[in-house]
Amino acid sequence: MPDQVLFAIEVTLNGLMAGVLYALVALGFVLIFKASGIFNYAQGVMALFAALTLVGIMEGQVPFGHLINSIFGTDIHGFGWQVPALLAIVLTVLVMILFAWAVNWLVLRHLVGQEPIILFMATIGLAYFLEGLGDMMWGADIKTLDVGLPQGLNTWIDETTFDMFGYGFFIDNLDLSATVVAALLVAGLVLFSQYTKQGRALRAVADDHQAALSVGIGLNWIWVLTWSIAGFVALVAGIMWGAKSGVSFSLSLIALKALPVLMLGGFTSIPGAIVGGLIIGVGEKLFEFTVGGMIGGATETWFAYMLALVVLVFRPQGLFGEKIIERV
Amino acid sequence: MKKSLTTMALGLTLAAGPALADLTIPDLSYRTGPYAASGIPYSDGYQDYFTLINERDGGVGGERLNLIECETGYNTEKGVECYEATKGQGALLYQPLSTGITYQLIPKASADGIPIHTLGYGRTSAKNGKVFEWVFNYPANYWDGASVAVKHILDENDGDISDKTIALLYHNSAFGKEPIRTLEELSEKHGFTFTQLPIEPPGQEQKSQWLQIRRDQPDYVILYGWGVMNPVAIQEAANVRYPMDQMIGIWWAGSENDVAPAGARADGYKALAMHAVNADFPIYDDLQTYVVDKGLTAGAGDQLGSVLYNRGLYSAVLAVEAIRKAQELAGTSDITPAQMRDGMEALEMTEERMTELGLPGFGPSFKVTCENHGGDGLGAISQWDHERGTFELITDYMQSDTEVLDPLIEEDSLAYAEENNIDLRCQ
Repeated sequence: MPDQVLFAIEVTLNGLMAGVLYALVALGFVLIFKASGIFNYAQGVMALFAALTLVGIMEGQVPFGHLINSIFGTDIHGFGWQVPALLAIVLTVLVMILFAWAVNWLVLRHLVGQEPIILFMATIGLAYFLEGLGDMMWGADIKTLDVGLPQGLNTWIDETTFDMFGYGFFIDNLDLSATVVAALLVAGLVLFSQYTKQGRALRAVADDHQAALSVGIGLNWIWVLTWSIAGFVALVAGIMWGAKSGVSFSLSLIALKALPVLMLGGFTSIPGAIVGGLIIGVGEKLFEFTVGGMIGGATETWFAYMLALVVLVFRPQGLFGEKIIERV
Repeated sequence: MKKSLTTMALGLTLAAGPALADLTIPDLSYRTGPYAASGIPYSDGYQDYFTLINERDGGVGGERLNLIECETGYNTEKGVECYEATKGQGALLYQPLSTGITYQLIPKASADGIPIHTLGYGRTSAKNGKVFEWVFNYPANYWDGASVAVKHILDENDGDISDKTIALLYHNSAFGKEPIRTLEELSEKHGFTFTQLPIEPPGQEQKSQWLQIRRDQPDYVILYGWGVMNPVAIQEAANVRYPMDQMIGIWWAGSENDVAPAGARADGYKALAMHAVNADFPIYDDLQTYVVDKGLTAGAGDQLGSVLYNRGLYSAVLAVEAIRKAQELAGTSDITPAQMRDGMEALEMTEERMTELGLPGFGPSFKVTCENHGGDGLGAISQWDHERGTFELITDYMQSDTEVLDPLIEEDSLAYAEENNIDLRCQ
């Protein structure tokens, strides 16, 4: 097989893996938009906050340590223990549930019936608040996140493809883990929404708030549930991206990677987020591989948005989004 | 947070009465946002040194230093806002720690007559003091960095790299693009093949570039990155099993933050250095006594001795030494920005002086003149030792290739002078 074809296959596979990571971020946006019509600007910061909290708990860091030391003149930094990754993840999920409850109690329930742009603005405020809270709780230094996921070249794939084609494909073990986790996550979300009472209630609210309210479904409860699930998804995205780059405040920028995925896949579709992520991932990597070198490189970011814009021209609701028709 | 409370207290004090200090230096810092992890240690080192001078010596020449912190978030627009907000408060000097902000401030500060010092960043051709009266970039600049990296590669290959390929992996911004012209010229001179791999900021996703590196196997990768781009690049290098000792980062890609996420896999990674990269200096005893023990650290006090803390400290040391020189030349302790510029143009850092300051061997000796605002352009190579958890200098300071760089600086600065109708000075 010609080298260029082999390289293209390798790029495509890596694009699919990158797409899964994009989709993980996009999923959180979709869940909240679907259930409440809110475009949650804070989703990227939620991933950052979740990852910061996870590392802080794992390392036994005292939350608000700097603040406590400043006020009381103490010198405390850690509890002096380490928490196993699994337990820390469970505790972080509880923190994200608490966060979801607080968002609903303090912000959203006061904004029921407001225009979507008001809710969007509220999430912008929420993003900045959460970023500041994360800074105060855990500090702004870069943190290493290691929950035991394997990283680096997958030797088996490398050797197998080398035996077959004379060229070993590079696939990152972390990307493979992300793919498995994303598959489990999506399967879990589908099972939850199809086969549980809460899941059906969530779908009912997503379809029609008023109708759902009229049959006794509590909107507040559903919003807490939705934000909790989105918080969990943010934690998963935070773990995967944090393992790649370390946990620092730049993690919040991963949201930028999700926007073209949402535009392409549609804001209301979980399969759309996955397929959109894969298309963006493969598209941007192949474009960089084939055309990037000729036009100076660094094409991935703008190409992803351009691809999404092209789709919008022909399908404004995205590939899998629901077409909204409002009758006056 | 400690800083915030201090700033709040300072703000209340300032609002309540006249300024307590005469030598005002704004600190355009970034303690929030995506680049905070790098901005915090730098600003801590910068501020802690000024605090040390105030607490130990009562200021410089009897004048206390008044530091005004302004948060830029590494955002160019906010940086300009900070400049506009602080310049009227008697600012003597700006050190903005951002090439983007520096480019915006050059015409403003030149018009306002306030010096800018960009230590190892900013506009490289500002080295030409005949054109850039108010801008300084000593002791070394981006082009020096690229040249020193190539010198190191030459040293490793017995002076012949004509069959080698060097790839530049760079932050696709004004900063990252700075060394391209230099490396092109050096490629012509030494015969190596030069390839470029831009990374779109912030640089969290670099798979395409590292797949290309894995395929093409360049002999060396020079990394011009900042922020999250650096740890991701080092992680990806480890993932594709690129030899760490064949990767050389600019000094902005050579801090503990950059190697930490890759853990042991980053062992052997190299980065340029323009100063020492550890805390083994007598000045740290004074910092402990006069700043840390008194609870006066700018941040949490947990950054002392890190590479970027040292850089902030070094920036402050050079600022204070320039103030001393300016006071000496002007014959007054209460200097103006113009006198500060004169002091900077007469600055000479010798090993003897560095030893007196408690920093023996901390940085190379260099001299600034009216014509040469960039110092001597020396750089060394540091290497990450994972087991010890520190960078170590593994070479002496090397002189950059002035034969290649000087004409480039002349060309670029004169073009700027022509575009902006600037009359050459120092004639």
